[in-house]
Amino acid sequence: MKRRDFLKLAGAAAGASSLAELAGCAGASYKARVVVVGGGFGGATAAKYLRLWDSAIEVVLVERASLFTSCPLSNLVLAGFTAMDKIRQSYDGLRRHGVKVANDEATAIDAAKKIVRLERGGDLSYDRLVVSPGVDFSFDEIQDYEPAMKAGKVLHAWKAGPQTVDLRRQLEQMRDGGVFLMSIPPAPYRCPPGPYERASVVADYFKRAKPRAKVLVLDANPDITSKAGLFKTAWKDLYGGIIEYRGNCKAVGIDAATMTVKCEVEDVRGDVLNVIPPQGAGDIARQAGLITTNNRWCDVDWRTMESKAVPGVHVLGDATLSGPAMPKSASMASNHAKIAAAAIVEILAGRTPAPVQILNTCYSFVSEKEAIRVSSVHAWDDKDRTLKAVPGSGGVSAARSEAEGGYAWSWARNIWADSLA
Amino acid sequence: MLVLAAAALVATPIAAQDLQGRNLAASCAICHGTEGRSVTKDMVPLAGLPREHIVRQMQDFKSGKRPATVMHQIAKGYTEAQIEAMAGWFAAQKR
Repeated sequence: MKRRDFLKLAGAAAGASSLAELAGCAGASYKARVVVVGGGFGGATAAKYLRLWDSAIEVVLVERASLFTSCPLSNLVLAGFTAMDKIRQSYDGLRRHGVKVANDEATAIDAAKKIVRLERGGDLSYDRLVVSPGVDFSFDEIQDYEPAMKAGKVLHAWKAGPQTVDLRRQLEQMRDGGVFLMSIPPAPYRCPPGPYERASVVADYFKRAKPRAKVLVLDANPDITSKAGLFKTAWKDLYGGIIEYRGNCKAVGIDAATMTVKCEVEDVRGDVLNVIPPQGAGDIARQAGLITTNNRWCDVDWRTMESKAVPGVHVLGDATLSGPAMPKSASMASNHAKIAAAAIVEILAGRTPAPVQILNTCYSFVSEKEAIRVSSVHAWDDKDRTLKAVPGSGGVSAARSEAEGGYAWSWARNIWADSLA
Repeated sequence: MLVLAAAALVATPIAAQDLQGRNLAASCAICHGTEGRSVTKDMVPLAGLPREHIVRQMQDFKSGKRPATVMHQIAKGYTEAQIEAMAGWFAAQKR
């Protein structure tokens, strides 16, 4: 047997035995098992904080990707201002906290039996379940999207990963004088300011590399949905003649042959098509019956993040039916996770969790170095039974600046470490 | 002695004030690092800072006495009691 084959087998055996250990009930040394489905900002943070706050809880994180790829800062990869390896992290930091990381796909949840079904690892029982599935796309709402995407004629790049790399390549290959056509879905969608950040940093790239190229933004919403004043000022000051913005322009179809995005009001041609489809909670949430609202989102009790549809299951992050003025952001997902971790520790100890106040901070780059920010603080409101923005708190940057750009990078490094290290 | 040792082995619930401080402070970690231990030089580590110092900074952010890019907006979201709970918890963390 060749050495590498032996290593492969040894690896497979180790994988099998660790999964075999996971089958059945929590091990004798643990008081309970929490399974976390999804290793993004929400799930990874929940797994880590459960272990930090009660090491008697066994935590199993189920994640299909072997590496974490950050959506925040991925627009800088598109613009060529940073590289994919800078926005990737391993899950080893969570293993050091005693989290058991199962590199596997959750295919079904049986909440009655308290079991998560894995593609390769069999059935995994749990005492409490955390589901942090992110978003999946409603491709069928845009005619011919999927075949066009499979042919590489249209990309969303709204989950950082292979499409980020592909879209970067298309932007590099686009002729000077070409049109980068972006389409933004109706709110709510993942990362409200993200599309406008993307338009900004791609315009900054064009300004240097392809001065005659244009960014054309077709927005299904009537106006910029986040940090509108700051984005408009940046576009006017920095990208006059490069970015063109059209509101109330919802994509309904793609014609790959002519590289055309069909909107309700007009058909628009581009050289590179970046159409971000409408979104809803990730598919596993649908399978598990967690979706409660508009056939898209999962309503939760904001004191515990427990699903209003399925008891014993906590839902985090972009998949939730957001509270008032609450964006679908990495910072929010991270702090949802802390609400859930605190609540689960209390519940498993037989106590009643108290509500937790949380905050959000989101940075957006408007050029390679300059960023803008929005922040908010959200507190439990006993009368309205939800988290509400605290009056008088929160707001946006006074102006775009390189200082905010520095803080944006610092935020990214700290939230990556807070989730994964 | 034996009774004491046995008692020490049983995890006791964290005092309500500490739990409130811990849970409030957990939000700050997105910028300031887990338990206030920032991994960047750009961001102030909060772990192990004196309680009174944190309270005073938060009050100065709130009143506008200390200029800030973001903290004036965040500080206004917290009551004096919440600020004291967070400050007490950060002060007790290892640097």
